[in-house]
Amino acid sequence: MRTLDGLTVESPGVTVPTPAAEPGAAAGIGRWWRRFARSKGAVFGLAVFLAIVVMAVFAGVLAPYDPLTQGVGAPLEKPSLAHWAGTDSFGRDMLSRIIYGARIALIVGIVAVLLALVAGVTLGLVAGYYGGVLDAVIMRVMDALFAFPIIILAIAMMAIMGFGVTNVIIAVGVGFIAPFARVTRGDVLAVKEEPYIEAARLAGIGNLPIIFRHVLPNVLAPIIVQGALRVSGAIITEAGLSFLGLGPPPPTPVWGSMIAEGRNFIVMAPHISTIPGVALMLTVVGLNLFGDGLRDTLDPRLRR
Amino acid sequence: MTRFALSRVGQTVGVLWIVSVILFVLMRLIPGDPVLIMLGDEFTDEAYRQLRAQLGLDRSLLIQYLVWLGNILRGEFGYSYISHASVADLVFQAYVPTLWLVIASLILGTIIAIPSGIVAAMRKDSAWDYGSMGVAIVGFSMPSFWKGILLIWIFSVHLGWFPAMGYVAPWADFRESMWKLVLPAVTLGTFFAGLVARIVRSSLLEVLDLDYIKAARAKGVGQAALVYRHALANALIPVVTVIGLQFGALLGGAVLTETVFTIPGMGRLTVAAITTRDYQVVQAAILVGVLSVVLVNLLVDISYAFLNPKIRVTA
Repeated sequence: MRTLDGLTVESPGVTVPTPAAEPGAAAGIGRWWRRFARSKGAVFGLAVFLAIVVMAVFAGVLAPYDPLTQGVGAPLEKPSLAHWAGTDSFGRDMLSRIIYGARIALIVGIVAVLLALVAGVTLGLVAGYYGGVLDAVIMRVMDALFAFPIIILAIAMMAIMGFGVTNVIIAVGVGFIAPFARVTRGDVLAVKEEPYIEAARLAGIGNLPIIFRHVLPNVLAPIIVQGALRVSGAIITEAGLSFLGLGPPPPTPVWGSMIAEGRNFIVMAPHISTIPGVALMLTVVGLNLFGDGLRDTLDPRLRR
Repeated sequence: MTRFALSRVGQTVGVLWIVSVILFVLMRLIPGDPVLIMLGDEFTDEAYRQLRAQLGLDRSLLIQYLVWLGNILRGEFGYSYISHASVADLVFQAYVPTLWLVIASLILGTIIAIPSGIVAAMRKDSAWDYGSMGVAIVGFSMPSFWKGILLIWIFSVHLGWFPAMGYVAPWADFRESMWKLVLPAVTLGTFFAGLVARIVRSSLLEVLDLDYIKAARAKGVGQAALVYRHALANALIPVVTVIGLQFGALLGGAVLTETVFTIPGMGRLTVAAITTRDYQVVQAAILVGVLSVVLVNLLVDISYAFLNPKIRVTA
């Protein structure tokens, strides 16, 4: 799908033809939605994702108790009408902690992926567009980063930077730079050979405007798809770090630490591990189904 | 073919060199002085200087890196700052259980994934297709540490069928070893199965749409013979790549799975070494992990070129 809408060059008297003129954005979105809505899985995924977003945004209103206050119930209470998801070993309300946990999960997942996207796409654009030594150096470093299992790289980075939400975001984000750089570079290599790029170059447009105004919009679809699919990976990685005790420090309500805490009470209070895990799994399944739907509608080449 | 293989080996060496630089820099950025950790609470300035010199930490970073790289190339990983044990021994002892878990998960995952992918593709858009793909997406979306805890809760705590934790080397007691491996391998194997089943399905659907299959169908070849005799071999080629690409994810998943099942593998070694700032162990453990990922990918690439002659020509 071409998203470049009308390429008018500012040099006097020179106009470069557009690669593919698109109708208005609203009509485009409408058409995309009709294709997207054909997949029940994708719509279900989007609904689950939106529900989690609502939960995270309105946590303050939705949570029946303060997630940090201890002793709102007896410790290790089973799910009941007063505490729908039971209480943890400190007598904190599990449902409230799970609702607030959605906030951390989404913030880390989305911001880490945005960070990786900006860094990776920039590197991929530079490598693909300029080629040569720059390309070789950038891509070999990306290959090296790609070889690190993400959770292991994130563990090492958390050890360097210390605990805290911001550090988790950076640690997870760095692990996801390489896939974005690879996808972007691959598409830039194809796009930069297109006649309209050559025309822009001949019209005397500088490299940076060409990259950002003419190359980037045409490689954006697979990047958006990658982004959607990677958010779930980032959320799982954050949960894994928290599970290992390397995530945001206690008493921050994070799903990974809740699951880890519940491991000690698996016999007498299995709800402590199982219920946050359901929230985590639903979020990830929702995001994966939504990402699959985006891929099928935005980037049919990647369809599996 | 030889040229292709040699060029891939060359690229791999380059990547490994960059990995070594990244790793060395990362480890030097970890706050905290290993000398202080080794010396404990009471020590003299002289003892501090002596130990620092002995560990080579008083030299420039470049020299430290070159010495470290030289040692590694000779297979000398040094000694743990904390336990004083040989790092090579520690890493090897931890690598075996992890590799065992990864291999078991690979085998189990493939055994589950290939038939499910085939059934889903052969009965596209049927209940079989939706069912198996639904299970697949749940399989790889469930975080391994949570899946592990659920399996322990159901199969160890409630049913008492399998042990909840621990590791026994296969050569010490094979039966016991397998028994203890069941739950961890199911945890990690179902994650892998979920990923692979989707690839098998889409790849088989793609091949079934090719002209030679259509020709065979027109000649009256039955659906089963079409899939098993003509399409499957071609459809499974991309699966080989996925195994290579996912090896890192499996190794990462193993780190978390080991923690759940208290298996003394690479994950536990690395996390413990990071918390005690045992540089030597962390570096060696991560390096060996990354080396395995890179080597598996190299093997996969070369075998892929062997299976698919088009790659050899274009590479």
